[in-house]
Amino acid sequence: MKHLLSTENLSAFDAIRVLDTAEEMSAVGDREVKKLPALRGRTVVNLFFEDSTRTRISFEAAAKRLSADVINFAAKGSSVSKGESLKDTAQTLAAMGADAVVIRHWASGAPHRLAATDWIDAAVINAGDGTHEHPTQALLDAFTMRRHWSQLNGTKSTGADLRGMRVAIVGDVLHSRVARSNVWLLRTLGAEVTLVAPPTLLPIGVEHWPCKVSYNLDETLEAGVDAMMMLRVQGERMHASFFPSTREYSRRWGFDDARLRALDDLGMKDTIIMHPGPMNRGLEISSAAADSPRSTVLAQVRNGVSVRMAALYLLLSGDSREATAATAATPHAVSQPTKESN
Amino acid sequence: MAENTYLIRGAAILGGEAEDLLIRDGIIAARGKDLHDDDATVIDGTGLVALPGMVDVHTHLREPGREDAETVETGTRAAALGGFTAVHAMANSNPVADTAGVVEQVHSLGRASGWVDVRPVGAVTVGLAGEQLAELGAMADSRAQVRMFSDDGICVHDPVLMRRALEYVKAFDGVVAQHAQEPRLTAGAQMNEGAVSAVLGLAGWPAVAEESIIARDVLLTQHVGSRLHVCHVSTAGSVEIVRWAKARGINVTAEVTPHHLLLTDELVRSYDPVYKVNPPLRTDADVQALREGLADGTIDVVGTDHAPHPSEHKECEWAQAAMGMTGLETALSVVQETMVETGLMTWADFARVTSFTPAVIGRVADQGRPLEEGEPANVILVDPAARWTVDPHKMATMGRNSPFKGKELPGSVVATFFKGHPTVLNGKLNTPYRYAGNYPTPDAAGAVSGS
Repeated sequence: MKHLLSTENLSAFDAIRVLDTAEEMSAVGDREVKKLPALRGRTVVNLFFEDSTRTRISFEAAAKRLSADVINFAAKGSSVSKGESLKDTAQTLAAMGADAVVIRHWASGAPHRLAATDWIDAAVINAGDGTHEHPTQALLDAFTMRRHWSQLNGTKSTGADLRGMRVAIVGDVLHSRVARSNVWLLRTLGAEVTLVAPPTLLPIGVEHWPCKVSYNLDETLEAGVDAMMMLRVQGERMHASFFPSTREYSRRWGFDDARLRALDDLGMKDTIIMHPGPMNRGLEISSAAADSPRSTVLAQVRNGVSVRMAALYLLLSGDSREATAATAATPHAVSQPTKESN
Repeated sequence: MAENTYLIRGAAILGGEAEDLLIRDGIIAARGKDLHDDDATVIDGTGLVALPGMVDVHTHLREPGREDAETVETGTRAAALGGFTAVHAMANSNPVADTAGVVEQVHSLGRASGWVDVRPVGAVTVGLAGEQLAELGAMADSRAQVRMFSDDGICVHDPVLMRRALEYVKAFDGVVAQHAQEPRLTAGAQMNEGAVSAVLGLAGWPAVAEESIIARDVLLTQHVGSRLHVCHVSTAGSVEIVRWAKARGINVTAEVTPHHLLLTDELVRSYDPVYKVNPPLRTDADVQALREGLADGTIDVVGTDHAPHPSEHKECEWAQAAMGMTGLETALSVVQETMVETGLMTWADFARVTSFTPAVIGRVADQGRPLEEGEPANVILVDPAARWTVDPHKMATMGRNSPFKGKELPGSVVATFFKGHPTVLNGKLNTPYRYAGNYPTPDAAGAVSGS
């Protein structure tokens, strides 16, 4: 692995290697001194074109626990907001000797552009791009599920996959990079995925995805679920007619108290409730569900640091990466890309 | 040897039998076997196909306003090299070509360059804003003699405005060339909506947004008895609707771009904005339907939608990138590859869709004429056996945004005769045609791009 751009093309071997490495990393988090010297002298840049405090501090904690030097580059208030192009930003970071770029961008595919061009030679980690993918989120979700699933089966989690596990992903699939990354990774790891959403919030073409699709959350529950993953839904979507009102959304697709009780009534005592955060309590998930013992929300956050440590470690100190000198960047005039029709 | 006399020996006329063509003083003086003219410069046409100069109904020359992307001079050089003898310059310049003054400027720049006929397309609405008709009559009566009107890049989506435009152009035998794109269904659209967009998380441009406008427009055209041209048809459903309309006798013509005949949205998986274009690249099923439609005459013409952009508009995130691809210098090869080499069309069919019919749609006198004695000598010689690898950096256009970069394509333009003058010889630019008489000099208009 030179980059971590998506889970779509992540092999089962590589996925399990990241998860196994994350198990080792999580042990570091349990120590009194939560630090490894693995990436001493390496520079990790968190390049964030979109606000995301949670993801940024998770990557920052991960890099620091590996002793890397961390530079946080937020697009707001920087030269980017003055119209600097992604190319110029990337070349600037290359000239400063960045070894890895963790990029969060509102535009789908921006991490692919960094990886595919000769603008920068650093390892690129996609920390969420537009409505495309968020591979480290899917990996931390899989890590959380794998621990739960292994424990239930009385097996060791290291080396294991998720074969036989039934996962429902519920909510705004259309706009969700988390859903996409999870669908591909869970397929690779052998889980059975059902997407549950209003038809308006499923992409045209979803029928080609390796999962089932349902419009009915209750039927999905009744059919049996081992993990419920609730996606964040933006209430403003109702203004673009994706659903009539937040209340109607909540009644039909929210994980409310009645559905929390239904898990007990249906005898699913081991089903976990997941959420990538930040949660809209009362919209896609009720407080009772979010705070119940079934909820893995905080475990996901904790595991996120371990998984990101694993990703950074494998990309930066793994055997697959060749040491190459950073290419000298040529200064270019600042130009503002404009949207133009043909 | 006389400067204006050329004898092409043994070229396959429209891919048929090899004959000689004698070109003298701008016209085809003779066609036949074993022609002689002691004054003529002889050009060996053995193995070459002689075709009428190609006429592009859809070119973006960018001047005035975006001379960093293309100028009339560079764009028409590219056109000549690509085998064109006429291009229709789209109206989305800056200022927009929505007045007689701007279309005359573009027209005079074309004459000053002298590589091809430059036929300005007039905007349908003032500033392409879709609110008020531009002075179509003034543009029609101007020295540019505009007959094609288009807000290309933007759809005339208001049905009443579209109806009025279709009605109004009847007064001077004009045609409305519609960029069919329902705006509400394509807000923020980045690529074809389907299996690939679902995976890539790019906002979809659904086929129905094109097809619904075409369906509406052919019915409006029938209702008011006018003439409609549909720009860059890109979906199988659009082909079906145009086929239906023609069967009903509606006066509609349609165009397809070379890139829509060859490329699919699978290429977008690279997120390389060189594949970003409007309308977007579609699926393989659409590509096959477009080829069939072009072969059976449902689609009348090939239009390049040549859309050069400065590199900074493509070296960026997909969502930030400009839409458009260059096409003038690859059109012939791509059409040969997709239509001729597949056996779907003959070279005579090629001449129909790249020259005869485009000239009729644009009402371009002296272009798209048969290669017969007495006709204007707009002729190209093509080597169909040639193979070449596309290198955007070697092109005459200023745009480096060719989606065919690195691809090997068949067919090359050996010579282009424009008004009897060789603008291209041995596959290289020769010299431009120089007009006699004095059209208002470009200097007087205050803007000129030197050659």
